[in-house]
Amino acid sequence: MWFGHFIVSLLILLGISLLQSPARAADTISLLNVSYDPTRELYQEFNAAFAKQWQAKTGQPVAIKQSHGGSSKQARAVIDGLQADVVTLALAYDIDAISDKAALLPENWNTRLPHNSAPYTSTIIFLVRKGNPKGIKDWDDLIKPGVSVITPNPKTSGSARWNYLGAWGYALRKPGGTDAAARAFLTQLYRNVPVLDSGARGATTTFVDRGIGDVLINWENEILLGGKELSRDKFEIVVPPVSILAEPAVSLVDKVVDKKGTRAIAQAYLEHLYSEEGQDIAAKHYYRPRSASVAAKYAERFPKVALFTLNEIAGDWHKTNAIHFADGGLFDQIFQEIARSKQ
Amino acid sequence: MRRDSAITCPGELTGSPRSLCEEITMAFLLKQPSVLPGFGLALGFALLYLSLIVLIPLAGLFMKTATLAWDQFWAAVTDPRTVASYQLTFGASLVAAMINAVFGLIIAWVLARYSFPGKKLLDALIDLPFALPTAVAGITLTAVFSVNGWIGRYLEPWGIKVAFTPFGVLVALTFIGLPFVVRTVQPVLQDLETQIEEAAASLGATRWKTITRVILPEVLPALLTGFTSAFARAVGEYGSVVFISGNMPMRTEITPLLIITKLEQYDYAGATAIAVVMLVVSFALLLLINGLQWWSGRRLAAL
Repeated sequence: MWFGHFIVSLLILLGISLLQSPARAADTISLLNVSYDPTRELYQEFNAAFAKQWQAKTGQPVAIKQSHGGSSKQARAVIDGLQADVVTLALAYDIDAISDKAALLPENWNTRLPHNSAPYTSTIIFLVRKGNPKGIKDWDDLIKPGVSVITPNPKTSGSARWNYLGAWGYALRKPGGTDAAARAFLTQLYRNVPVLDSGARGATTTFVDRGIGDVLINWENEILLGGKELSRDKFEIVVPPVSILAEPAVSLVDKVVDKKGTRAIAQAYLEHLYSEEGQDIAAKHYYRPRSASVAAKYAERFPKVALFTLNEIAGDWHKTNAIHFADGGLFDQIFQEIARSKQ
Repeated sequence: MRRDSAITCPGELTGSPRSLCEEITMAFLLKQPSVLPGFGLALGFALLYLSLIVLIPLAGLFMKTATLAWDQFWAAVTDPRTVASYQLTFGASLVAAMINAVFGLIIAWVLARYSFPGKKLLDALIDLPFALPTAVAGITLTAVFSVNGWIGRYLEPWGIKVAFTPFGVLVALTFIGLPFVVRTVQPVLQDLETQIEEAAASLGATRWKTITRVILPEVLPALLTGFTSAFARAVGEYGSVVFISGNMPMRTEITPLLIITKLEQYDYAGATAIAVVMLVVSFALLLLINGLQWWSGRRLAAL
């Protein structure tokens, strides 16, 4: 009995000491960056670099916390009250949602920083089995009968939306491409999809660990990063000649920084992403830099792809979402068609 | 006669025969005075606690749904994709609970009646689906049953696919529901004395008759409780299923996934609309099964 009491009081003491620890370093300013899944390593390095630079400039120590998860889940957490100073998410749409649903930041947030507030970009490429047994080189090869394609569910995954829009844009921009032709292309593509994981990491597991599928469609940064870690004798990277320019976007959360009094430092944090150092760190983590000089330095790392933007193929995110991903939208219609033809 | 009730009847203190008032009070309390003091206080506390933990969040659910117009609500809950998911979720949960009722009963029987080496270990193993984080269960099941998995690779040549099919959903739901049946039936079987079976046998009952007329009626209420719990758990299960189901719209999407899907699109009201349908259907089914249980309990008492 005394032992149980002992443990309980120990836990209480531990809890109290944990609660008190932030008070110890009262002069340290703290920032919370709410981001999406694959940026974990990028921001670990970037945060350290920014803290050093900020302290050298102002003498003020800064502690930056980072939170990672599915992009729209993270946006929802901010809407529901997570005190994020800055958000760095996979889709501009998720930051739009923070503005629409909770008015925590102004509608024109993406005009406040250069390049639509997207300091780094990525694109969508393919990973295939060693030797590329199905001969996959381009988007067209994904709709061949007998090719099994792994991509997550665009309803639950930000990266899956980029995959979907990459295929849509490819089909639309082909000679003679129309909305109807692009829809037929996507229907054939999703016929070849045996499983729709809820997120990009899950899809990678399905392809890499379970050995399901002939080709995985995913973020370039994830595939290039994985290229280092995955055994090279089992997989090959295939870069299609054209793909979509994916622009993960960043913004201040105005209501939060004004309440906490962290606007200046949060602004500096985001601007540092555009600095040579910030761009260099992004490129190191396989995100395509905006800076021409950094891009030249890392030219070897990023394969040449002709990139089209979301605006060129579908309009802004509000429109894209309403047409493609909303309930009853094109994605739903495609799956109803597939379900009907299977019966 | 001293009773810790909030209601005092005239004549109670003077020791006169029980009045109508007292009869009603007794009926209302259902039970004779208990060792726990303060019925009024206890009931008040129970109601407050239930409100805080259950009713207020549920009321919030209904209020959020109420922001939808009726036709919007109806469109959200009768969308073909959503209807397909109800069929899968409720159908697979029901079948899984039935499978668990049969095999859970057998396992409980073995654990209650026989002793063998490793029994303690087996007994502890039953609780594993309780304790395992559901995502771990899902990932493990998918690894085992996918075409390249330990078991999946032997089923594949027979044309049996488990992972990424509705069958896979059933497997996951059966896995997580098993402890509910075993743990509710086991204590009843342990309390059931073997003499009863011997008595049945000595009175000329066949083995089959002993099972159906003597043992089954005794364990039926517990079995129904276990069945209900397994079913309720399966209906709400998310973590283990999303990995093995493959999440194909119209085919292997479970209803909780659709709720998450709606949330991912910031459609809070649409998500709660589906949640309300699940809640109402689950509640109706639980009420039905509870009614069945009450009925079987009464029938048993009458025997």
